[in-house]
Amino acid sequence: MRAFWKPHRIVMALIALVIVVWSVLNLRWDWVPNYLGLAAQGIWRTIWLLAASIVLGMALAIPLGLAQAVGPRILAWPARTFCTVIRGTPLLLQLWLLYYGLGSLFPTIPWIRQSEFWPILRQAWPYGLLALTLSFAGYEGEVMRGAFKGVPKGQLEAARAMGMPRLTILRRIWLPQALHRALPTLGGETVLQLKATPLVATITVVDIYAVASRVRQDTFITYEPLLLLAVVYMAITGIIVLGFRWFEGRIPSRVA
Amino acid sequence: MAVTALVGAAGAASMFELLQLSPPGWGANLLRGLWNSILIACGAFGLGIGIGTLGAFGKLYGGPVLRDLLAVYTTVVRAVPELVLILILYYAVTDAVNQTLLAFGYDRIQISGLAAGIAVLGVVQGAYATEVLRGAIQAVPAGQIEAARAMGMPPGLLARRVTLPLMLSNALPGLANLWLVATKDTALLAVVGFGELTQETRQAAGATKAYFTFFMAAGVLYLILSIGSGWLFARLERRARRGQPELHG
Repeated sequence: MRAFWKPHRIVMALIALVIVVWSVLNLRWDWVPNYLGLAAQGIWRTIWLLAASIVLGMALAIPLGLAQAVGPRILAWPARTFCTVIRGTPLLLQLWLLYYGLGSLFPTIPWIRQSEFWPILRQAWPYGLLALTLSFAGYEGEVMRGAFKGVPKGQLEAARAMGMPRLTILRRIWLPQALHRALPTLGGETVLQLKATPLVATITVVDIYAVASRVRQDTFITYEPLLLLAVVYMAITGIIVLGFRWFEGRIPSRVA
Repeated sequence: MAVTALVGAAGAASMFELLQLSPPGWGANLLRGLWNSILIACGAFGLGIGIGTLGAFGKLYGGPVLRDLLAVYTTVVRAVPELVLILILYYAVTDAVNQTLLAFGYDRIQISGLAAGIAVLGVVQGAYATEVLRGAIQAVPAGQIEAARAMGMPPGLLARRVTLPLMLSNALPGLANLWLVATKDTALLAVVGFGELTQETRQAAGATKAYFTFFMAAGVLYLILSIGSGWLFARLERRARRGQPELHG
């Protein structure tokens, strides 16, 4: 702690404090109470989208990585193509392709309109979640490919020599060590995924970014909602970074 | 069977008609959007490398205050979504320029979307480039820099003749990644209404209702751009690494 509070840092912290106090006193914040409920909902939706797309995306990324690392060519080639296409085009374009494209195609197919899923498919968030999931899977498939390849051969040979079935090797030896290798990268990718979530606001999903845009449209206040929005995102980023640091610290680090 | 084949053929024909370059088709609009995207990506990437070089040298050799300020810059930019930064900087930059102009007695101006886009994405790229270049400079063997200092090279010459050329091979993979991010981030300017590829595509698709055709076509254009530049960067890296022993992974 003493190492952090050097004299120049105390001065800088004071200047930062003055700026914060000045903006609290001199900028307009009277709109905040009116939008608290909406903002809480927006933050919840952002976090929910982030968590769901990461869990689903990882579930897709593990087979994608395996297929690219050791799969036969008939599996490796489609997996590599998928990752290249996802990583080579902007997420915004993928999102709009799914939302406007599928969204205009589905109503023309009778059995989809009559199915039980139609009330869900009429909303915007499934398309947002699908686009975010596919995007995360594409990027992480590439990361997992490297991670699977990086696990030392001796570990796998030892497991095979002990007569472990292949699925057990994957579950007990290969996947845990690959995930452990990928963990620092995954922390960074989670932050990148958080930064991708506001794009869903462009297809009318009301996340925290959409709430800030609405404040701007309702009240014609430009900077204040955006600044608060930036602070909210920085807070969520901080929590993600600390969470991953804590998680990495809990895992014994001498693997290889 | 014959009916589906006929419908398929009609669909293909109308698809090519829609993508034609001359006015009934929207091909020219897409290509103009692509050109704008490439211009912005090039400008932002160049500006980002400029900021990144200064930032990396500042972080490595600057005083304590400069270092902390740069740390705040890179941390904040990397923690806040590009979309939010684009809006904040877009309004702030436009406002600041106009305030300055008014203060000096000039009229306010409308800042072109191109300039604003380059400036905003350049600031974002600069933060990432700072980290990439700092790592690359640190990977230059210390003996090389010490030898140059011992020969009495002034800092500017040392950077130009020794540090920058030597770090280039380390920095190129990271910079290639940044360039790909720059090409894809140009799509975000569609949200502030700038006519780059994604925005032009959405307009074309909205006007003709042929969503799949246009978004797929734009996707192909982006893919060509990213695969082509990936190939180019691989060649550049091979060139920058000439003379170095090959790495065997």
